[in-house]
Amino acid sequence: MIKLSRGFDIKLLGKPSPEHLNVTQPRLFALKPADVVGIGPIPKVLVELGSRTLAGEPLFYDKGDPRIKFSSPVSGEVSEIRRGAKRAITEIIISADREQEFHTFDRLDPSSCSRDEVVGLLLESGAWGLLKQRPFNTLADPDSTPRDIFISCFDTAPLAPDYNVLIEGKEDAFQHGLTVLGKLTSGDVHLGLGPHSADVFQNADGVKTTSFSGPHPAGNVGVQIHHVAPINKGDVVWTIKPQDVAIIGKLFRDGILDTERTVALTGSETNQTGYFKTRIGASVDTLLSDQLKHENVRCISGNPLTGTQIQKDGFLGLYDDQITVIESGNKPEFLGWLVPSYKRPSLSRTFLSFLRPDKEYHVNTNNHGEERAFVMTNQYERVVPMDLFPQHLIKSILYSDFEQMEGLGIYEVVEEDLALCEFVCTSKQPVQQILRAGLDLVRLEG
Amino acid sequence: MKLFENLIGKVKPHFEEGGKLENYYYGFEALETFLFVPGHPSQGTHIKDGIDLKRTMFTVVVAMIPALLFGMWNVGHQHFVAMGEFAAMGEGFMDKILFGSVTVLPIVIVAYGVGLGIEFVFAMIRRHPVNEGFLVSGMLIPLIMPPTIPLWMVALATAFAVIIGKEAFGGTGMNILNVALIARVFVFFAYPTYMSGDAVWVAGDPSLFVDGFSGATPLGVAYLGGAQALADVSFLHYDLTSLIIGTVPGSIGETSVIAIGIGALILLITGIASWRVMASVVVGALTAGFLFSLGGISFFEGVPAYAHLVMGSMMFATVFMATDPVTSAHTATGKLIYGFLIGIFGMVIRALNPAYPEGWMLAILLMNVFAPTIDHFVVQSNIKRRLSRAL
Repeated sequence: MIKLSRGFDIKLLGKPSPEHLNVTQPRLFALKPADVVGIGPIPKVLVELGSRTLAGEPLFYDKGDPRIKFSSPVSGEVSEIRRGAKRAITEIIISADREQEFHTFDRLDPSSCSRDEVVGLLLESGAWGLLKQRPFNTLADPDSTPRDIFISCFDTAPLAPDYNVLIEGKEDAFQHGLTVLGKLTSGDVHLGLGPHSADVFQNADGVKTTSFSGPHPAGNVGVQIHHVAPINKGDVVWTIKPQDVAIIGKLFRDGILDTERTVALTGSETNQTGYFKTRIGASVDTLLSDQLKHENVRCISGNPLTGTQIQKDGFLGLYDDQITVIESGNKPEFLGWLVPSYKRPSLSRTFLSFLRPDKEYHVNTNNHGEERAFVMTNQYERVVPMDLFPQHLIKSILYSDFEQMEGLGIYEVVEEDLALCEFVCTSKQPVQQILRAGLDLVRLEG
Repeated sequence: MKLFENLIGKVKPHFEEGGKLENYYYGFEALETFLFVPGHPSQGTHIKDGIDLKRTMFTVVVAMIPALLFGMWNVGHQHFVAMGEFAAMGEGFMDKILFGSVTVLPIVIVAYGVGLGIEFVFAMIRRHPVNEGFLVSGMLIPLIMPPTIPLWMVALATAFAVIIGKEAFGGTGMNILNVALIARVFVFFAYPTYMSGDAVWVAGDPSLFVDGFSGATPLGVAYLGGAQALADVSFLHYDLTSLIIGTVPGSIGETSVIAIGIGALILLITGIASWRVMASVVVGALTAGFLFSLGGISFFEGVPAYAHLVMGSMMFATVFMATDPVTSAHTATGKLIYGFLIGIFGMVIRALNPAYPEGWMLAILLMNVFAPTIDHFVVQSNIKRRLSRAL
């Protein structure tokens, strides 16, 4: 058991209740190339408007590596290909059939087939896109063999779903997927367990498990990698989320790409919170149309720290298992810096509400201040349970010093690991954005 | 509130791009954001901590208010004691407060007026938002000045500190030396007779003071005569109790350990100031103070180590000066080393320097200069650890 003491649990109203919600399945589903780090903004689209596709048939591939295809999460008709700035493809939208039809692949028994066959099936089916690579959090490289594969089996982010609920009903596929992953790495498949992880995680076969406890970001896979076997220069490890392991397991076991995903609806601005089943890329319009308490909200695919803002008719992200709706903070606050009664979560104890540590806050998206030069010090370190100096790392990125970035551990972190720094920053610095710029700089030019 | 909102809405267009007052935009913006935390939506993380720089700086100002209030009373108290009136603490409260306010408030107003004026002008010329850092500096400067300081000198010192000490480096967050201490060190070296000696610590017309009155601070007394001298002047009430309460001559805000202690509590509970710095300065000072209390080394033979904590500006410097997050070491380990060395050097200057018995200002400025070096070694050790892991 690794006990982490640094970090910060942001307690918010709107935690997902354990019930399963009865929701109308949306008609539209979409893949968003921008969800994938490291692929070009204009991938090669393989389908035409109006053409039919089965679940598991490829929609597009990245021009950098034509082997990596991204497949349709559902069967249906390609109804729209949306483009954004500079003709970048933002969404490829499928209008789903009522009854899902799956493209069938040859089933593979991971215990008897070769690594090349495993890679081949993952690439052919489009499931490859579910694997991410560290450093840089990019798509996994089919030509590299990862040192290890890491899977975090709990999430400590604010309003995060309970992974025990997410994996319910997929236990067998999950275990099958772990066996597949074991073929891909020369090292081990590591599971990071939380204090309440279910048996399916605790008793998984063929993997190494490590238990973690502590405040957020203890559930971040990057933090777990740092404590189990840190990423050194030249190391490559892969990461994947438990539900996606189950998708891979099902692919090998049943020969179909079944992108079913249990998703948590969270946040203070919906009538209900809870879990529901849908598929990757689901539109949130039918879900939110009868759930919103009012219109002045921000909808997020993911959690409030690292998620992506989406419209009220936007789509669930490729890697996300959570929809969050919180109040929009677009109103000025009179003497907001002075008044003691504004109820906001804070790492500092400058709000009297620190006397009630278990209070859940009704937050909004206000910036609560303006951007300033760095003034406070040792603030980021308090929320990053890793042996590194986040503030120095961020500064080294700002002055583009490669050697310093490497020395200060840029290979070990991605945006989500430093998201709390951005949250607590007194000077309101865009930490995640700066880190991404640094990661891209090192990846492309380092 | 609605009134302010309407007013701002009405005048704002004049300050925005294309308006006739567009050059003054950032001056206007500072006032606007002072009234209203803007409704800017958060980018990146969708939620943000409630704290911002305004609140941080305001908390520090609040923490200094006990020292300011006590200082105002004590300026009056010292004045009347020197004149032979109201010698007991409880007597003449209103007279003392009144005299103290008339002496101290102009200094505060001048420091804030000059400093904020310069900040606004710089912000508008260089087109960036006004930074809140001076809210704290503007209060620190009066508190570390003797009550007899001429107002023009406060203005000059503040201007020097803000322009040379801060704006020249790029503004709040970029300065290397503590801004308030630059103001003090400026007066100290430019006009030494106004900043040291026995005559500057009690406000009022010296010709009205009782015969034989000495305005010497307890530190000055101990410095000249060691522990025995402190005991000899006990008629001045320079005992431990008065040192802790703060009813002794000195800079405006530095005398009361209790008032500064309240400030320290506020800073530590809110988590604004680093406990590491405060604790390690005290440890450093006690260590050195103990060595110097041994015979034959320093002027302070026989003065117990703990007495150093309550004399002079030790407490004020520890709580409000050494903890400045910008000019102190930035790493946790660095802060411990930085604080400890301040404690040591402060005592070395206090006890071994024949010219001047107080050392915190110079010790902190010295360590401000070396803080980046300390951090460098702490960070390098982290880098080395990481690189050696790769082999």
